[in-house]
Amino acid sequence: MSEGLLGFLAMGGYAAYVWSAYGVTLAVAAGLLLWCLGDYRRRQRELERLQRDRP
Amino acid sequence: MALHRFANPARFMRLSAAILPWFAAAAAVLLALGVYLALFVAPPDYQQGDDVRIMFVHVPAAWLASFIYLLLALASAVAIIWRHPLADIAAQSAAPLGAAFTALCLVTGSLWGVKMWGTWWVWDARLTSVLVLFFLYLGYIALVNAFDEPTRGARAGAILALVGVVNLPIIKFSVDWWNTLHQKASVFRLGGPTIDPSMLWPLAVMAVGFTFFFATLLLLRMRTALIAAKIRALRLAEIERLRPARAAARQQVLT
Repeated sequence: MSEGLLGFLAMGGYAAYVWSAYGVTLAVAAGLLLWCLGDYRRRQRELERLQRDRP
Repeated sequence: MALHRFANPARFMRLSAAILPWFAAAAAVLLALGVYLALFVAPPDYQQGDDVRIMFVHVPAAWLASFIYLLLALASAVAIIWRHPLADIAAQSAAPLGAAFTALCLVTGSLWGVKMWGTWWVWDARLTSVLVLFFLYLGYIALVNAFDEPTRGARAGAILALVGVVNLPIIKFSVDWWNTLHQKASVFRLGGPTIDPSMLWPLAVMAVGFTFFFATLLLLRMRTALIAAKIRALRLAEIERLRPARAAARQQVLT
């Protein structure tokens, strides 16, 4: 079992390259998502505040 | 078809709010399935071994890099010809996403090349033209933000985006026109794909998943830009509203 997992993680000797590629992909995807969502929520809150403060 | 009716900002806000959760769900499901297929189901290549699994993130990123630029150019054309405000917003929202996927394509390609080509980088036509694509995205973003007046920046950026379209066929056909270290097309080619179905299916799922992920982010960024425009309009209205009161106050101080 653990040998199967280790074998999988070893990626036939290409572990460093395969896992780096998937790691960079995950980082870029997560970074884009957090950036876009953060921006969106910040602007939404700003608009709500403006509309609340106005009669 | 009355496409312009969907381009009305208020209608866009309603429509995108309805579509967004479905796009996000489609992206999540397809990417989860795609990663599973890419890492567990797809076989190792008979020559490349498990290193070939980099393909399942590299190729979708590369497709998106070109596809997003095509979208940027189309939106720019619409912005120049019909001067529709949503077109500029679409182009400006797409640009940083395109730059990110192009960078991802270059980095994953480099990681793939180390062992398969024996080098991180080579100045061959495919790699160089994709690097130019990356700089086109950066140039577009810089140019749009280089003007005090947003409409002038948008116009200058749109013209750059259209000129840059010449790079897209160069990227696509670079592997046929020149001797490149990069392999030739194996999916979108005359006579059909040459890649085995056991690898083609995981690749297709990843590519569609990446596309839904991009579409989700694009809609989010366009909504953000429209909300920001509304905030600006409200602030301007506030200044207008306060102007008489301020003038009266000044009058009182003077008398």
